[in-house]
Amino acid sequence: MKTAGVIVAVAAALALQTTLARFVIRGTVAVDLGLVVVVYLALTSGPVTGLLAGALTGLLQDALASGILGIGGLAKTIVGFLAGVIGTQFIVAQPLPRFVVFFGATLLHAVVFIGLYVVLDLRKYGSPYAGVTGQALGNALVGVVAFQLTELLPGAIERRRARDRTRIRR
Amino acid sequence: MALLDIRQRSGYLFLGVVVAHVLLISAQVNSKRTGIPILETVAFGMFAEVQRTVSGAVSGVRQGWSGYVSLRQVRAENETLKRELAEARVSLQQQQASVARARGLERLLDLRDHTDLRTTAATVIGGAATPDFRTITVDKGTRDGIRADMAVLAPAGIVGRVVVPVGGSAKVQLLIDRNAAAGAMIERSRAQGVVTGEGDERLQLENVSEASDVQVGDAVVTSGIEGIYPKGFVIGRIESIEKNGPAYKRILVRTAVDFSALEDVLIVVAPARDEAPAKEDGGRPPAPGRAGGDD
Repeated sequence: MKTAGVIVAVAAALALQTTLARFVIRGTVAVDLGLVVVVYLALTSGPVTGLLAGALTGLLQDALASGILGIGGLAKTIVGFLAGVIGTQFIVAQPLPRFVVFFGATLLHAVVFIGLYVVLDLRKYGSPYAGVTGQALGNALVGVVAFQLTELLPGAIERRRARDRTRIRR
Repeated sequence: MALLDIRQRSGYLFLGVVVAHVLLISAQVNSKRTGIPILETVAFGMFAEVQRTVSGAVSGVRQGWSGYVSLRQVRAENETLKRELAEARVSLQQQQASVARARGLERLLDLRDHTDLRTTAATVIGGAATPDFRTITVDKGTRDGIRADMAVLAPAGIVGRVVVPVGGSAKVQLLIDRNAAAGAMIERSRAQGVVTGEGDERLQLENVSEASDVQVGDAVVTSGIEGIYPKGFVIGRIESIEKNGPAYKRILVRTAVDFSALEDVLIVVAPARDEAPAKEDGGRPPAPGRAGGDD
């Protein structure tokens, strides 16, 4: 059940990413929804789920992009595993710590991803700092909002139901 | 039981997955130029259908809403006029390319019409799965005669090239992708170079001779030297030039195509009749006396 949930979450993120990419392809600031989902799953489910979700998402993104298969997978595997470890070792339950984790995860992902491409002399990156920082901010913002929504929405629905029941009794 | 314990041994699992990735990367880097990986083709082929479905659903909702609030007849007429305008602009570009080329030395040798490209229209149905790559997915594939390395055009200019064609769709590498490159020349001075993608809306013009005449605002067109893009099509305009003594250090080109607004593109399924000789001619560096004196 959990595996199916992970696969659905990854597929939904990639479908949304490819749809949105049509509209923001020219911008340098972009959100990597695949990475957001990996970090989210790692923080909520631990390092094993994180690394497996990272490997799955990264390999799929590599396969769908024009890149070398495995570079994105390796980057997201490392990020997913470390985010999962952080999630089990530290209390990451507030927006600020979550923001830091998403931000740091994006930076780490960029270091591994861009680093491998540069070391293997497969792509050239002039000055990726602004783009990576923008993407880190975007990912962190989307990640924190996703956490808040998934935590607040069920509670809000319950509160509304309880309020409706109270009205009916009166 | 051992498999159940694997969750407890996350470190080993992590190590195993990392090693698997490294092996996978190594295998590809060693045999980089042999062709398209099967996993890539299969995954792309499957996911292209997902993209088509999602794109179809989104387009369906948008079109339904538009059709509801607007007059259908006027909208259809508008679409027809837009299509005709796009075709007319491409035709105009072909005419401009013909004129520019006819002004060169080749006019003495070949006066045949060289821009009779055979194209097929395609609709953009998806973007890249990761922001690090600049690709789009179009709704035409091998069933429509699309093959790898076919040039993709828009009314404003060059879009990119087909990299992975599958049954009913194809992945197009945009010219702004970091791995993309195209032979280019300054339309005014005929100075030659190579444009490479920077990942954003700008391209870098490289391999330009320091004796060449290059100015900000100059139009940059394809030279056709790489054998993919037809010669004389618009790439963009020179945005900035950095010099280091007499040599050009960094020349940036602003693309003519708005890649954020791509909806329909044209894929060149057959080159012009005389593309082969054009490639040979395009490979020659311009004579020093020609620079800037062509017009």
